[in-house]
Amino acid sequence: MMQDGGSILVIGVGGQGVVLASAIVADAALRAGWDVKQSEVHGMSQRGGVVSSHLRFGRRVQSPLIEVGQADAVVAMEWNEGLRALPYLRRGGPLVINLQRTVPPGACRDRLGGATAYPALALDALVHEVGDVRACDAMEIAGRVGSPKAQNSVLLGVLAPLLPFPEEAWRGSLDEHVPRATVAANEKAFAAGRALDFPAETLAQAARAAAAATNGHPHGRGRPARLEITEAWCKGRACEICVRVCPERILAIGFPGEGRGADTVRVVREEACTACRLCELLCPDFAITVHEGA
Amino acid sequence: MSVPKSSASPDPAGVDAPAPGRSVLLSGNEAIARGAREAGVRVAAGYPGTPSTEILESLARMDPGRQVYVEWSTNEKVGMDVALGAAMGGARALCAMKHVGLNVAADTFMTAAYTGVRAGLVVISTDDPGIHSSQNEQDNRLFARFAGVPMLEPADSQEARDFTVEAFALSERFDVPVLIRTTTRVSHARGLVAPGTIHVAPVLGFERAPAKFVMLPVHARPRHRALLQRLEAMEQEVERSGLNRIEWRDRAVGVVTSGIAYHYVREVFPEASILKLGWSHPLPRALVRELASGVGRLVVVEELEPFLEEQVRALGLAVEGKAYFSRDGELAPESVRRGFERAGCLAPIESGPRSAVATMLRPPVLCPGCPHVAPFLALRALGAVVAGDIGCYTLAATEPLTAMDSTVAMGASIGMAIGLARSGGAPGPIVAAIGDSTFLHAGMPALADAAYNGTRMTVLILDNATTAMTGGQAHPAAGMTIRGDAASVVDLPALCRVLGASSVRVVDPYDVAATHLALEQAVASPGVSVVITNRPCVEAPVKVRDHPFHVVDDRCTACQACMNLACPSITWSEGWYEGRRKVQIDVATCTGCTVCAQVCPTEAMVPVPDWSRKK
Repeated sequence: MMQDGGSILVIGVGGQGVVLASAIVADAALRAGWDVKQSEVHGMSQRGGVVSSHLRFGRRVQSPLIEVGQADAVVAMEWNEGLRALPYLRRGGPLVINLQRTVPPGACRDRLGGATAYPALALDALVHEVGDVRACDAMEIAGRVGSPKAQNSVLLGVLAPLLPFPEEAWRGSLDEHVPRATVAANEKAFAAGRALDFPAETLAQAARAAAAATNGHPHGRGRPARLEITEAWCKGRACEICVRVCPERILAIGFPGEGRGADTVRVVREEACTACRLCELLCPDFAITVHEGA
Repeated sequence: MSVPKSSASPDPAGVDAPAPGRSVLLSGNEAIARGAREAGVRVAAGYPGTPSTEILESLARMDPGRQVYVEWSTNEKVGMDVALGAAMGGARALCAMKHVGLNVAADTFMTAAYTGVRAGLVVISTDDPGIHSSQNEQDNRLFARFAGVPMLEPADSQEARDFTVEAFALSERFDVPVLIRTTTRVSHARGLVAPGTIHVAPVLGFERAPAKFVMLPVHARPRHRALLQRLEAMEQEVERSGLNRIEWRDRAVGVVTSGIAYHYVREVFPEASILKLGWSHPLPRALVRELASGVGRLVVVEELEPFLEEQVRALGLAVEGKAYFSRDGELAPESVRRGFERAGCLAPIESGPRSAVATMLRPPVLCPGCPHVAPFLALRALGAVVAGDIGCYTLAATEPLTAMDSTVAMGASIGMAIGLARSGGAPGPIVAAIGDSTFLHAGMPALADAAYNGTRMTVLILDNATTAMTGGQAHPAAGMTIRGDAASVVDLPALCRVLGASSVRVVDPYDVAATHLALEQAVASPGVSVVITNRPCVEAPVKVRDHPFHVVDDRCTACQACMNLACPSITWSEGWYEGRRKVQIDVATCTGCTVCAQVCPTEAMVPVPDWSRKK
């Protein structure tokens, strides 16, 4: 495949080495005599955002960007980003995907329900959708043969047999781009990726990882608790401890002159109380009671 | 944004010093720097900003012998002044900035078109269609018309190198600054470049010419007429320039295009005839007419504004463009294909939709250990109305910090805070939040204004000693030049005092209580109160990695207080407590800033035992 050139999308999260991995593929393509263009967006990568690199090789490459639906392969260093890149993948094209998951704090917002927004390791659905899925826990494999930091070389090893580059082009590029002290570890990781038995071995590994990742089963309350405030006991603005400690920021103290109950604490976001009881436990005047039933 | 270079071998592909005759893979920005070196640039200045930052960084890196003076300027206007002064002194000069930077530099830029140059002056504007990392997506091609200067638009790295060399020659030939306009996909895409030889151009030397450089009205009027004459000469020259070409293919459709759009058109519509504009202002009208007369249908494909389309239409030609190609956002191969499909030029290709796999968006977040977190926790708790500014801390506008109410332009926070205070409509204390580099860039005049006019407000300067958002560039308060040399350091507290601040508090943003107290006292103070936080960025120039913390699981009551920090190192664990998710810390990414431990009510966050700093 890709005898007349190809388009590879490398994707991951800032800090995962997407740019370096893409540079290795680009250099391997150059060594194999192809014209190459590479385009990356890493505008906010230091801030934990997505980093993607479009890599195209051919006799003469025009666009540095891959057209949606035209990537001959997608190499994903992170599970969710691999799924997000699927619209780029040509029908029937291989998805090389790392089972490593970088869960951002933004996936942990459903405090009442406890459900994460991070997609489950639903491998069957992915295989059904994509067909050619080459999933592996690259970090685990790289760690087994040397250093877990060489995980990207495992993924490049999985990619290598799909591209029309000779072995010496890969090796020369890999050795020149990775830090000198890590050449041996990266070479071993590359070889381990290349030797992965696809699909049996990679799919078995993925199935094990999916079974171990139970992060998707919520046991949350699902509904807010109710606060009972004894206004007569509340010192209001003179204290404010409950307002300061509430993680959900649901408490506030009004201003004097706002009528009955002013300058005592009140609940401004009733729907958000998770019943953590910090206000109840820390109120020096026992003015707050948390009722777990709605 | 710069990629950490220390992780790879130095210069693995021979980018900085390529062997003669060997093509190398360069980004557009690197190719511009290479071209400038080959053209003998002597002075280069600018202010960092995505996607322009690597131009000056590469130039410094490619010049270990220090034949070129390269500086990070305090802002783009200063950079433009430096470059114009250098050109006036007879040294070839370059000024590089992002598109919105040219707004700042426009004052000098517009009049530099009148004065002209002595040695070549090349101005690079890197536009950001699609707003990957900017506050707008203005089309700076309009600046070329506005100022009356020639504009070159490279479409790839080879052209970026070639056009930069050419731009210096054009600048001297027509005695005018030349604008090179790139976009993100040109600046950040890599392609093969055949490098030429590096020259060191002789310094022409300064020559007194007040009628040319002193823009008194009596001088400026004839210089405007001289500019219009030069424009006429350029209109002749552009018709003959090798930077523009017609690629004759099928005669049904002729496309006028420039920059990256050319490659998208060639990719999806290989049989189209194309007028490919490299020198796009002034427009080569005869070439446009030639294409128009040879094709059945004339289409303009360009990103953003109908810049070319309207000029082509003004020639009296029937032309289409924005009817099929969006005026907002960036183009891509698929959108150019859809445009030609809608125009009936291409037959639609089959593309059945994929079944939806559930995924999660990954917006950028502040880094683990970012010193900007605690100040915004305090501002939110104080109910402040926060006029924000441009930098990493703009992310404080998003969940869960949600403590920023405006971000518009570099340095705008302080002036907008003055206006908010004078509006009488703000429901809480008024705070301007601004970073150190941004404060030096455009915040100082506004702070003087606030003090001078007696406005009651607070200015929070988030001093992390670097320009973090663009990858950690130095600035006048960072103690370092672009080449890493030691430099004088602006004393920010003293600066604020002499500008008229009524009080200045310097606080450690890793001390949550002290930060809260400093801001609480500041907003209660009369006059312009200033709070300066003083922790360095954890990513640049030095990676700060202190003793990491972990969560003692049986102490965590899952209250979620730490989750309000949005620290990427803290996520939910597999554990539950009374129907709530417990949390965990990723020890590998924790920097040991201690902020989570300070907000944890049960002291569940503790330093990892038996940890040692190993390389």
